[in-house]
Formats: sequence, structure tokens, C-alpha cells
Amino acid sequence: MTKRYGAVTALDDISFDVKAGELFGLVGPDGAGKSTLFRILTTLVLPDAGSATVLGFDVAKDLWQIRSRVGYMPGGFSLYPDLSVAENLEFFAAVFGTTVDAGRELIAPVYRQLEPFRDRRADALSGGMKQKLALSCALVHRPEILLLDEPTTGVDAVSRREFWDQLAVLRAAGLTIVVSTPYMDEALRCDRVALILGGRILGIDVPSAMAGRFDHPLFAVHGGDRYGLLQVLRRFPRMHSVYLFGDSLHYADDRASEPAAVVAELTAYLAANGHADARVESIAAGIEDSFIALMGTAA
Amino acid sequence: MRHGALRAFMAKEVRHILRDRQTLTILLLMPLVQVVLFGFALRSDVHDVRLVIVDPAQDVASLSLRSRFASSSRFRIVATTRSASAVEPLFRRGDAEVALAFEPDFAGRVASRTEPARVRLSVDASDPNTATVIQSYARAVIAQWAEERAADMPAVAVRPVRIATAVRMRFNPTLESVNLFVPGLIALVLTLVSALMTAISLSREKERGTMEVLLVSPLRPWQIIVGKVLPYLALAFANVITALLAAWLVFHVPFRGSVLLLLGESLLYAVVSLALGVLIAARTSSQRAAMMVAMVGTLLPSTLLSGMIFPIASMPAWLAPFTTIIPARWFIVVARGIMLKGVGLPYLWRETLVLVGMALVLMLAAVRSFKPRLA
Amino acid sequence: MTAGELAISAHGLTRRFGSFVAVDHITFDVGAGEVFGFLGANGAGKTTAIRMLIGLLAPSDGSATVAGFDVVTQRAQLRRRIGYMSQRFSLYGDLTVRENIELYGGIYGLSDADIDSRTSALLDSLGLARSAGDLVATLPLGWKQKLAFSVALLHEPAIVFLDEPTGGVDPITRRQFWELIYAAAARGTTVFVTTHYMDEAEYCDRICVLVDGTIAALGTPAALKAEHGVATVDELFVQLARGAKVTA
Repeated sequence: MTKRYGAVTALDDISFDVKAGELFGLVGPDGAGKSTLFRILTTLVLPDAGSATVLGFDVAKDLWQIRSRVGYMPGGFSLYPDLSVAENLEFFAAVFGTTVDAGRELIAPVYRQLEPFRDRRADALSGGMKQKLALSCALVHRPEILLLDEPTTGVDAVSRREFWDQLAVLRAAGLTIVVSTPYMDEALRCDRVALILGGRILGIDVPSAMAGRFDHPLFAVHGGDRYGLLQVLRRFPRMHSVYLFGDSLHYADDRASEPAAVVAELTAYLAANGHADARVESIAAGIEDSFIALMGTAA
Repeated sequence: MRHGALRAFMAKEVRHILRDRQTLTILLLMPLVQVVLFGFALRSDVHDVRLVIVDPAQDVASLSLRSRFASSSRFRIVATTRSASAVEPLFRRGDAEVALAFEPDFAGRVASRTEPARVRLSVDASDPNTATVIQSYARAVIAQWAEERAADMPAVAVRPVRIATAVRMRFNPTLESVNLFVPGLIALVLTLVSALMTAISLSREKERGTMEVLLVSPLRPWQIIVGKVLPYLALAFANVITALLAAWLVFHVPFRGSVLLLLGESLLYAVVSLALGVLIAARTSSQRAAMMVAMVGTLLPSTLLSGMIFPIASMPAWLAPFTTIIPARWFIVVARGIMLKGVGLPYLWRETLVLVGMALVLMLAAVRSFKPRLA
Repeated sequence: MTAGELAISAHGLTRRFGSFVAVDHITFDVGAGEVFGFLGANGAGKTTAIRMLIGLLAPSDGSATVAGFDVVTQRAQLRRRIGYMSQRFSLYGDLTVRENIELYGGIYGLSDADIDSRTSALLDSLGLARSAGDLVATLPLGWKQKLAFSVALLHEPAIVFLDEPTGGVDPITRRQFWELIYAAAARGTTVFVTTHYMDEAEYCDRICVLVDGTIAALGTPAALKAEHGVATVDELFVQLARGAKVTA
């Protein structure tokens, strides 16, 4: 599929598929094309070229069939702030020609936490609660597929975890879920993950395999003065890439040497450059390392 | 289940309206305030006209006529002088609006009855409209005085000051300008509430992002539009009643025709405005833009070109045809007809038909503008 | 401000909104040149606390000095010595890169000569020299953020406050941003930053975790992790936040 807005190409010839019952993650930064992709899949926008089918229906021709079967959460809070929790739910149920009771079982795990606040206005809820309400509203009409556009952005860490716990429960019940997220740890909880940047898909794979795509020896460097270490390592002749990573630096070497040899070499080099306290260890690449490498080559 | 969806949608709209207390208060009070304010402010009657008398002779007749002006509530004598030269500076300074000058032998002329006794009325015509009215008042006073004098001399056939025409202002005998404006005010109030509110309501959905979620649902565009229009129709109805009550109780505007017909026509006009509001919102990109277009595109033309304040007959020939596309123009004819003339559908069917046509066309255009996709 | 002086010093800082206590008697210090991370859930009081520190909101109780100035009585002087950047507001989209820089230079009272030289330096260091005439709205988000940060530093403040500055950008750009932060800290600028990204919390020299308006943890990431027996700041945060009152 391709989609252009004036001079900007939001989506550039992308192709992918999602299997039934899968929890599929789309990872990429702002402007990568995630929202455009969701808008095409929910039939809000037509692609300029290419095609897409959702649940077997064509997004261009069968829009009403798709719209009645999809549960959609667009980015940002998209419910009615001046209606209560219960009123929002009832509204979305009625609009889909059903009732809250009919959907009660499906939304139960999420709704349990909302229940005490059922008469509270939606704008008086915290960020995490709002997203749970939005999820409930997307689920209440028992859709066959969930399309969630960055549902956890701007939400605190605890609520994010709870949200993804709910998604895991829904997936176990057989619901197909397509989710976009900027958080790497959430990407790990998906069945398969697609990295999208600049309107292109850089890779699709199971999270563990994505990690495996990292094709250089990787090392973690610990030390007190991280900024200093960074600059020193950047000057190392055999450096392929080095970047901040949590409480350490990740360093990738451009040779295929024995890890132990590289560790010794680096330690010596760092000590010689004023970082005697530095500690180097060989590590396995994670999904974020893969993404950074893929993005680096794509840039 | 389609009806369930529409009903749920309308219930939601009603909740939005009721919970936005600030806007609701404004919407309900505004017509009241507008009618009262405009009613009192927009008048072309004149009171307390400042009159200067130029009376060289100061004889019995002139004094008699002068006392008539003095006792009139419409005039206030600000200066009395023997010479006409004193008048000019008074006009220039704005201290006087009209001057009544008697000829030197006014009493003699009146008594002789062979030649007319002359008075000269000089009116400050910088505002031609007021000048005309002042002139009419003054002549009415003079004419009445002349009639009474003539009655004292029954045998005489010639009257010193003649009145050429017998004018009777039909439907609005006292020329109360408020009667002219109030029907227009009702149109104004309806236009504002309807067009502005639907425009804002619709664009707010778009801006909030809830429109996206609404679109990805079985709700069809026509359901969304109808669901937005109907609750505001009820609000518009409440406004019409408020405006009519204000007109009747505060300004004593007559109500000679059928109330039911007026309410019906008002609702029809409200539908036209509501549809216009939806059309505007469907075509603009933000709430602010929708508001601006709604105000400029509906309020301004309605005020200026509908005949509410400025008569269409006074407009240049090239402008008059444009007034036919202003819905308010037709509604005002209907409102005035019902309120002031007491006529019914037999006389107003043409205007009603135009309004029905406009309503249908605009609703259709609104539904068609409302695309089920974003882009 | 001399070395050894505290960049920020807060004692019993409190803010109430009616009966709701948003910030509840927090006490902490930030040393000059430190990179200090401020973490907390939405509604925990982070934004309120920052607003008090930059002089936008008066405390209900307690006191604080920033760059040596009292946040209540010396707000004008304080504002000249700090920089501020938030995700919600940074630069004017309808002005060009250069115009934005000049605007803020002017606002902070820099001389024309200073503005000129610092503008060139800034543009060169970010690699934006060729885009100087482009409207900021046309820049990708990551560039906007880096530019906004540099502009916040234009008048060489002693302390810069960053409110969730890296939302939404890709991992590479976030790291580039943090390298800018490190460079500024290396020059002696104190950096006070709030973030939702727990891995960025690890980049800080010390962090402070707010839960329900009070400080639940304060110290270096390493020490706190050891103390709570967790491997990452993310786990630390979850542990602390789970103890929070269950509110909607």
C-alpha cells in the first residue's frame, strides 16, 4: 500500500499480513506512518496505490462490513469527556446495535477496574483509566479484530503493564489484535512485531528472532562517567556503533572476533584513556539493539 | 437496530447540550437579551426633538402655535429668538435639530385668511431618516393646530394651513419601529443559535477525535447529521418562544395571526439554519474556522440583506436579487405577515415553499458533504 | 553560582488545590552540574512540582531556591537564570529555525552580537545550518526537540528544566537528545528532567520518584535498585507505584 499527503509519502509500498488470533505489534516513532496505516485498515482513508483486506473484506469496497466488525482506538483520548463511564459504554454499544450486557463477558477483565467509577465523567479519570475505558468501548460490541493506535502513550508504567495484561487475556480468548507502540518492552509481548520507519517496514518477525537479526558482536560497557566513555569509545578504530543503553553503553564491534579478545582490548583501551573503572562484558542483542541497527541502516 | 443507534446518538447529543451549562445558559438567555436590547436600541422613532423658535412678531397666533409645540412630548424648545441669524450656530453646534420660523405678521395673515400664513421648518437633515420623521411630527402638530383654529371660524372656507394628504399608517399606526424589527430579531436569534451551534458541535467532534471512532461504526452519515440537528431544533424552539414572549410582554408587539403557524414557520426556518450549520462544519477544518464562517456567512448577511433593518426596497438594484438566497429574508416576510398583518398560509404559501425548498436542498447538501471517509 | 552551591534546594515544598494535596512536603537538593531525573505517574505531582520550581505556581507551604533565588520572592531573577522546555510547548511552528532562535535570544535579553554568534554555533552543532530558513513545523519531531533544547540553553542558564522532552521519537533520536543533555551537564549546566521512559531514568545521576505527591525514592539509580532488589528502574517504579492509592 502507498499513501501520499501532498509531497509527503506517509506509507511507501508496504506489505504485511496478520494472522487470525495474533497479537501483532507495530513499532516506530512519530511520523513513521502508523496512524495512517490504521486509518487505512479502519477504512477511514483510501490508499493511493495497493490494497488491503481486513477480515476478508476489501477496505475500498466493503467499508460498512469492516466498520461493524472492528474495534478501534485512535491515538489520544477519543471518548466523550462530559459523559460518564457508563454512558460512554452504553453509547458505543447502542451505536453498534447491541447492549452493554451482551458484551459484558468480553469487557469483564477491563471493566472490573472501571466499575467503581461507572458514574464518573470520563474527563475526571486518570490517563490509565481513560485508556481502559477506551478499550472497553472498543470491545463492548464484540469485534472480531482490535486495531489500537498507540493506546499506552503518555500512560504511566503501571497502567501500561495492566493494559498489556488485558491484551494478553483477550488474545488468549482468540481475538486478533493489531497494536502500535513506541515502547520496546511492549513490543516484546507481541506474537510478531513489525518495525516501521518513514513509511516503510524495516522488518517483521517474532520478537526473539528480531533480536537475533543483530549481526555484530555486542558488548555492554559499565562505568561512572558515561558521557566520557561514549566519546572515548567513539574514537575506537574498530567501533561499529556505540550508544547509551539504560545503565550502561552498548558497543558493537565491526569484526567477527572472539568476544573475550575484544573485552580485553577494550578494557585496556579505556584504561589507557582515563577510564580505569570501566567494565566490559559480552552480551546478547535485544530487540531494541536490532531496531537501532535497522534504523541506522535505513536512515 | 438502526433506530436504536440513532436514538442513542440523539440521547448523547442532548446530554452534551445539557451538561455544557455555560453554553446552555447563553443559548437560552441570548435571544431574550438580544430581543430586549435590540428592541430598545434599534428604534427610528424620535423623541425629545430639540426645537428652536424664531418668532419676530410674537403675536397671539404664533404664541398659540408655539405653546402647542411646547406642550408636545416629542419636542423640547431649546431656544427662542427673534432673528433667524441665531439659528445657524445652533444647528452647527448640534444644539438644535429643527427650527420653526414664523413670518413677521403671522397673526395678521392667519386672521385674514386670504393668503396663507407661512412658517418655515428647517430640519437638520444630516440623518435623513430622522429628518423625515421630525418633519412629519412637526407638520402633524401644525396641522392639528390649524384644524382647531379653523373649527373656531366655521363660516370660513379657506384654511390658513392646508393639509394635503390624510395618511393612515396601516398595521403600525403609531409607526412603532419595534414592530418592524422584532420579527427580524426572531430570525436573527434562530440563525445564530442554529447555524453556530451545529457548526461548533460537529467540528468539536472532529477536533476531539471522537468523529474517527464514530465513523468506524455502523452509523451512517445521515444518522449523524439528523442526530445532531434534531436536539438543536428543540433548543431553537425554546428560543423562539422566549423571543416571542419578550416581544409581546416587553414591547407589546401585536400578534394578530396564528401562533401555531408562526411556530411552525419558525421551526422550518430553524431547520434551514441548522442544515446550514452542518454544511459549514462539514466543509471547515477546525472549530474556530467553523465559528467564523458561521458568523460571517449567516449572521452578517441575515442582518444586512434580509430586510430586517435596511429595507430591500432601498438597496441598489444589483444587490436586491442577492437577497433572495438569504433564508432570513423570506422568513421575515412570513413573521411580519403573521404578527403584524394577521395573514395566514394563503398569503404566505410562496415564502413557505421557498423555505421548505431551502431546507431540503441544504439538508441534502449537508448529508452529501459529510463523507464517510476522512480523505 | 559557585561550584558546590546547590542548584536546587527544596524544603517541605507543598501545594494544595482546595482539599487535594498535589505535592506533599517534598524535600530534596540538586547539585550543580547534576542530571536529575524526576519520575512519577500522571497525577503524582510532577508537573505541579516543576511549576513551583520555575516560579509559575506559588507553594502553599515550604520553600525552594533555584539557582540561589527564592522561587516566591525572586521570581524575576530566577527566570533569567533558568531554561525551560516541555513537550507541549517548544517552538513556534510558523517561524523559521533562525527566527525562533533570534526570538528567544531577544526575549532573554542577549545582545545582537551574542545572538548572531550563538545562533551560528547552535546551528552548526546540530547540523541545521542548511535548514536555518525552514519553518519549524516542517522539521521532523526529533529535530524540533533537539532544536528546542538547544534554544532553551541559548542564554546559558545555570539550570534547565525539561518536562518530558522526548515523547514520541525513535530510540536513536532519544539517545542523541540525551547526548546533548550530557554535553550540557559536562559544561556545568544542571539538568532537571522528567520522563516516562524508564531507561532514560537510568541515564540520570540521581533520580527522585514521586508517588501521591510525596517522595517515594531518592538517590542514584544503582543505589535504589540495590536497595529494592530490582534490576531496572522500570521495576523499581512499578514496585513503588503499586503502593499508590487506587484512584481513578
